[in-house]
Amino acid sequence: MPSTYKAPEYPYVTPPELRAGGVAKTQVAIVGAGPIGLAAAIDLALQGIDFIIVDDNNTVSVGSRAICYAKRALEVLDRLGCGEPICVRGISWKVGKVFFHDKLAYQFDLLPEPGHKRPAFVNLQQYHLEEALVDRLAALGHAVRWRNKGIGIEQSADSARLTIETPDGNYGIEADYVIAADGARSAMRDLMGLEWKGQVFHDRFLIADVHMKGEFPIERWFWFDPPFHPGQSVLLHRQADDVWRIDFQLGWGADPEEEKKPERVIPRIRAMLGDERPFELEWVSVYTFQCRRLDRFVHGRVIFAGDAAHQVSPFGARGANSGFQDTDNLCWKLARVLRGQSPASLLDSYDRERVEAAEENILSSTRATDFITPKTPVSRTFRDAVLSLSQRHPFARQLVNSGRLSMPTTHRGSALSSLDRDVFAGAMVPGAPAADAPVRVRGGSGWLLDELGGHFDLLVFGPVAPQWLDELQRSLGGEVRLTLILARPTDKVTADVRVIEDVEGLMRQRYDSVAGTVYLLRPDQHVAARWRAPRLVEVLEGLVRAQGRGGH
Amino acid sequence: MSLNTDPNFDRPDDFYQALIDAHAGLTEAQSAALNARLILLLANQVGDFDTLRAAIAAAREALD
Repeated sequence: MPSTYKAPEYPYVTPPELRAGGVAKTQVAIVGAGPIGLAAAIDLALQGIDFIIVDDNNTVSVGSRAICYAKRALEVLDRLGCGEPICVRGISWKVGKVFFHDKLAYQFDLLPEPGHKRPAFVNLQQYHLEEALVDRLAALGHAVRWRNKGIGIEQSADSARLTIETPDGNYGIEADYVIAADGARSAMRDLMGLEWKGQVFHDRFLIADVHMKGEFPIERWFWFDPPFHPGQSVLLHRQADDVWRIDFQLGWGADPEEEKKPERVIPRIRAMLGDERPFELEWVSVYTFQCRRLDRFVHGRVIFAGDAAHQVSPFGARGANSGFQDTDNLCWKLARVLRGQSPASLLDSYDRERVEAAEENILSSTRATDFITPKTPVSRTFRDAVLSLSQRHPFARQLVNSGRLSMPTTHRGSALSSLDRDVFAGAMVPGAPAADAPVRVRGGSGWLLDELGGHFDLLVFGPVAPQWLDELQRSLGGEVRLTLILARPTDKVTADVRVIEDVEGLMRQRYDSVAGTVYLLRPDQHVAARWRAPRLVEVLEGLVRAQGRGGH
Repeated sequence: MSLNTDPNFDRPDDFYQALIDAHAGLTEAQSAALNARLILLLANQVGDFDTLRAAIAAAREALD
């Protein structure tokens, strides 16, 4: 048991429908109160959508599971109003080092440029993260229905019905939609008999959470074939509360039960530390990893998200991070469909975009796994050749793969995006997640991404004629939030719109913008369309397309 | 860039001897390591993925 953390026990409350003998009705039922289910609940609460969230347990995640939250996930959590406590509690890092034998092979910096609110990564134990999400949900006036287990699912053309088991008996929840966020061993997936395709990798890894005073820098350290663990790899991460996570590769032949014993684990850690400093073992487990996914994530009225929809190996931190991007992508679409603002076919774009992301993550994760655990002797020969060359020859460092760390997917071919008509440079292509930048807003300093999302945003880079802004405001007012981006506070504003000052010029640079450039952003902060000097009708068409009302 | 399989060595016999000599005194495992390192160095020199893919296909051709 961890000495640094005591898991909360959340109260079970008898569902009112049990006493009434009836069925609970809601717009959305969320199955699973892990990170992804909780993020979905918070997102729907912010959008005023009625929901019920259930979980079969009554506490947060046990043991050492997700630890690395990537910049994009932190930005999503910021939009949900809980990025700050997670970043304050967690450990920020951006440098990774790779060692081969006893020498540094190479190092990488995941966020070499300044001018972003969030760091490349924050490490935090999953239980801390879940507790922060439960607290945020409570602050919004909602609670998880703990010890409510989904044991049955049926659906008709216009609703889904869950059977929920509680300590006091069973009841039903009838919902317009169900979000299945019940993790890698998803019961919903099994109940629906959906095929879970992919591969299991023939290797075993020992996870140890160790409480100690360590002097390692706050970096990700990965060793290939180190003297203290010959022939295998080792990964070291620092987490909050002086807890260090160590992953030891054991090989396929290892006996999981034997390897978990303290008398086996402690000498391994002792050898790694190379000294006699005191430490306490907080958690030990042995895992094998898998890369699998569902063919489709939307099955009628039941929508899968997170590990329930796709599973990757841990190298690359693409599990929870891609799950947060799932609900970020899904919830605004679901809200629009439930409000009758967009047709149900808008949800097809969730399926396509997040399947695309899952394919990207699984490919990346599979390649990292093949490098870390070569499947054939020749594969191992090439792997070791890359590592040995990497110490002296910079080119080989490109090939070293200890996990390509999570980056958000750019949905290039999305049906919601408008193709570029004008020429732009840089990364802000339609489908890309918006880049952050330092700004001045409401008389103080702030960050661009804190000002975006939850609505469609139209950014107009000034100076522009006030009549143009008035025209946009009149035509789009109810549908988008219009923002004028100015380079200098002295630029005169005559129209009645929100103004953001691009104080360091980084927006102009990152968005390759000049006066008159217009960006349309989705509620999940992804670019939908951009123009150099559009006509009103083009902006309107772009908006209709981004809302899935275009019939394309 | 496409794969050039026309004669391109300036000193073909010297190259061939240098290649064989490089393996002198090595165990089979060391020779395999040398070959792997050599392929990676040369592949980086080429750089272009389409050319590398064509070379991989040409190398594989006779073995299927």
